[in-house]
Amino acid sequence: MRRELLKFALFSALVLTVPALVKGGYLLNVLVFVGINTMLAVALNLLLGFAGQISLGQAAFYGLGAYLSGVLTTTHGWNPWTALCAAAVAVGLLAFVIGLPILKLKGHYLAMATLGFGIIVFIVFNEYVDVTGGPSGFPGIPGMQIGDLRFDSDLKSYYLIWGMALLVILLAVNLTQSRIGRALRAIHDSEVAARVLGVNARLLKVQVFTCSAVISCVAGSLYAHTVTFISPSTFGFHFSVELLTMVIIGGLGSIYGSCLGAALLTLLPEFLRTFQDYDIVVYGLLLILMTMFLPGGLVQGGEIVWRWLRQLWPGKAG
Amino acid sequence: MDFSQQISQYLLSGLATGAIYALIGLGFAIIYNSTGIINFAQGEFVMLGGMFGVYFHTIHNFNLVVALLLAVACAAISGVVFERLAIRPLRKATPLGLVIITIGGSILVRGIAMLVWGKDTHALPTFSGDEPITLAGATLLPQHLWIFALTVLLIAVNKLFFQFTITGKALRACAVNQRAAGLVGIDVRRMVMFSFLLASGMGALAGIIIAPLTMTSYDVGIMLGLKGFCAAIIGGMSNGIGTVLGGLILGVLEALGAGLISSGYKDAVTFIILLLILFLRPQGLFSRGDSERV
Amino acid sequence: MLEVHGVTCVFGGLTALDEVSFTARAGEITGVIGPNGAGKTTLFNIVTGIYTRTAGRIVLDDCDISGLPPERLARLGLVRTFQNIELFGQMTVLENVMVGLHTRSRSGFLSCACKLPHHLAEEKRIRSQAFELLEFVGIPDLADTVAANLPFGKGRLLEIARALAVQPRLMLMDEPAAGLNSRETWQLGELIRKIRENGVTVVLVEHDMELVMDICDAIVVLNLGKKLAEGTPRQIQENPEVIAAYLGEG
Repeated sequence: MRRELLKFALFSALVLTVPALVKGGYLLNVLVFVGINTMLAVALNLLLGFAGQISLGQAAFYGLGAYLSGVLTTTHGWNPWTALCAAAVAVGLLAFVIGLPILKLKGHYLAMATLGFGIIVFIVFNEYVDVTGGPSGFPGIPGMQIGDLRFDSDLKSYYLIWGMALLVILLAVNLTQSRIGRALRAIHDSEVAARVLGVNARLLKVQVFTCSAVISCVAGSLYAHTVTFISPSTFGFHFSVELLTMVIIGGLGSIYGSCLGAALLTLLPEFLRTFQDYDIVVYGLLLILMTMFLPGGLVQGGEIVWRWLRQLWPGKAG
Repeated sequence: MDFSQQISQYLLSGLATGAIYALIGLGFAIIYNSTGIINFAQGEFVMLGGMFGVYFHTIHNFNLVVALLLAVACAAISGVVFERLAIRPLRKATPLGLVIITIGGSILVRGIAMLVWGKDTHALPTFSGDEPITLAGATLLPQHLWIFALTVLLIAVNKLFFQFTITGKALRACAVNQRAAGLVGIDVRRMVMFSFLLASGMGALAGIIIAPLTMTSYDVGIMLGLKGFCAAIIGGMSNGIGTVLGGLILGVLEALGAGLISSGYKDAVTFIILLLILFLRPQGLFSRGDSERV
Repeated sequence: MLEVHGVTCVFGGLTALDEVSFTARAGEITGVIGPNGAGKTTLFNIVTGIYTRTAGRIVLDDCDISGLPPERLARLGLVRTFQNIELFGQMTVLENVMVGLHTRSRSGFLSCACKLPHHLAEEKRIRSQAFELLEFVGIPDLADTVAANLPFGKGRLLEIARALAVQPRLMLMDEPAAGLNSRETWQLGELIRKIRENGVTVVLVEHDMELVMDICDAIVVLNLGKKLAEGTPRQIQENPEVIAAYLGEG
C-alpha cells in the first residue's frame, strides 16, 4: 500500500513542477489537454481494463459534460461549479439508466450498442441547434473561477485541470486496490466464477459504467470552461477511438499507463504535423498490434525492459 | 402530396434503403454463422465497394458495368486479405482482445482508404439515368429499381447457393457445428475464408448500388455497417429471409422517422431502434426464444 | 439440508433431467454419480442457478431457492467449484481468495476510493482471513503467485479455498478429482473430510469411484436424466440396477 502512495507522490511532484520546466508557451497549453485526456483515459480504463467492458461511446459523456456546462453557464447564467455538479449528477443518472440494459450485452454487441449510443448523442449535439448551436459550435463559455481567482491563463488552467486529474487518479488507484477493484478484475477474468462467489456482477458493471461516465462528464465541463468554445466534432466516434487507443497503449488495467497513453496521443499530433493525415491508420495498427503482442501496454513493455536490464546487471538493484 | 402519397413515398424509399441494409446485414450474418464473431469491418467493405467503384469508373474511366465488377472483386479480395491478416491470428485471443482487434482492423481499413483516396466525397453516376418514375403515388428513381432488382437477385442467388451447392451446405454445416464439420472433412479454414469473400462481396455491391444516391467517402462505413448490423440483429443473425426482413423493416422505420419526425434525426431514430432491439430482444424478432441459459 | 424435488430440465427436444429428486443431509458428504451424459453437471448447474430449470423445486434448509441466481445463492450460503477450475488467472492466489470474501465485506465505491478507516480495517481482516484459508488447504507459500501460473492440482486447492471464503453452509463440487493424480486425489479426500468436520455440507459430482466410496456418507446415482438409486455406499455397490447401468448400457 505504501508503494502506491509513494508512486502517487512522485507522480504528483512531477506534474506540479512541469510548468516550471516548460516555461509556458505552446507546450503548456498542450499539457492542459493531456490532463483532460488523462481523466478520460482513466475513466475508460476503469471500465475496460478492470471490468473488461468495452465502450465506444465515451465521447458522448464527455460531450454531455461540455454542453451541459456550456449551456447552463452561458445561456442560463449559472455558476460554473454548480453547473459542473448538476451536469455530473444528470449524466450519472443517465449513465445508470442506460447502463442497466446496455451492460447485459457482451463483447461485440456491447461495442455496437455503445457505438450507437455515442452516435445518437452526437446527432443530438448537431441537430438541437437552438440549444447547442449545432455544427457551427457554441461560443462564449465563461472560464472557471473560485472567488476572485479567474482561471484565464494557461498556467492557471494547467493547475486546475491537473489538480482534478490527480484527484481522479488517486481515487481510481484507491478503488482498484480495494475489494471493488478485485471484484471488477474477477468479473473480467471469469464472470461466472465471480457471481458464484457472490459478486453482483450486473450491478457492479453498471456502477463502474456510471463512475466512468461521471468522470468523463466532469472532464467535459472543465474542457468547456478552458476552451470557451465547443463544437460537436470534438465529441464523435473519432475521439472515442482515440481514447480507446490511449488506454490500450498505456496498458489495460494500469492507471498510470492511461496517463502515459493520454500524454503520447495528445503530444504526438502536436510534434508530428503530418500525423494528422496518418492518425487513423496509426490508431488501427496500434490497436491490433498492442492487443496481439503487448496487451499490458507500454507499462508491460517497460516492465519487460526493466527485467531484462536487471538481468544484464545482476546484483545492481537487488 | 397528400398524406397517403407521402406514406407510400416513405415506404418505397424505405424499402430501397432497407434492401441495402439487408445486403450488409447478410454479410454480418454469414460471417457470424461461420466463425462466431461479428466482423466489425463489414461496413468498411461496403465503403470499399463504393470507393473502388469511383476509382475504376470516375478516375480510370472504365465502363460502369466493368467498374462495378472490378470493384466488387477488389473489395472481396480485400475481405480475404483482411481475414488472413487480422482474423486468422485471432485463434488465441481473449474475447475482449478479439473485439478490440476487429475494431482496430476496421479502423485500419478506413485509414488506408483515407490515405489512398483522401477525405473528399465522391459520386457515382446512376446506372440508368435520373428520370423519376411514379409508382403508387410515390416518386422513384431508376436507381431505386436497380437496388430492388439487384438485391432480390443477390438474395435469390444466396438462397440457392446455401441450399443447393456443396460449398453452401458446407458453410451451413460450419455454422451449426464447426468441430463436427471439420471432422467430416470440411476444410473449415477455407470455409471461413469463403464466408469473408461472400460477405465483403455482398457488402461491396451494396456500397456500389447506393453510392449514386448517397455519395461515398472514406467514412461512410461506420453508419452503414452499424445499420446493417441492426438489420442482422432484427433478423436474428439468419443467413436468409430473417435478415432480409430485418433490413426492410429498418429501412421503412427509418424513412417513416425521417419523414414524420425529422430528417436531421433520422439516423438517431435508427440507432434508437438498434438499442431497443438489443435491450429487449437481442435474439431477433423472428427466432423462437429458447429456454434462456444464463 | 438440500432437497431437490422433481427437477426437470428440457433443452430444445432433449430431456436432460427427468423428475430428479433427492436429499443431501446436513453435515454429510453426498456423492452424485452416474455414467457420462447422465445429467450430473446439468443438475449442478440448475441447483447453482446457472441453468434454468423447466420444472421442480430446490429447497435449502426450508428456504425455496429454485431459480435464484448464483450471487443470491452465495449470500444464502451455497457455493460451488467448477470442473475446469475457473480461476481469476490475472490475479494472485491470495487475491483470488480475497474475492471469495466479497460477501463478507461491505465497503462501497466511496469508502474504497477515499480509503476511509472502515475500509482499511476491513482490508486487513480480509487479507488475514484469506491467508488462513490458504493455510487450511495447504498452499500458503503460493500466496503471491499469479493464479494462471499454478499447476493444475494447486489450482484445484485454490478454488476450494476461494469457495470456502464465502463461509458456505453447502458446497457443491463438480468433479474435484478430475485431472489429479492418485496422491493428489487422496489429499483431496482428506481435505473434503476436513471441510465436513468444519460444519460444511458437501455434495460432489465425481467419476473417481474409489474416492466416492471412500469419503461419501450417501450416494445418489443418475442415469439418462433420471435418478436410479439413493443410499449408502454399501447399498449402491450392491444395487443390481446401478451395476447394470455402469456395465450394461455403458
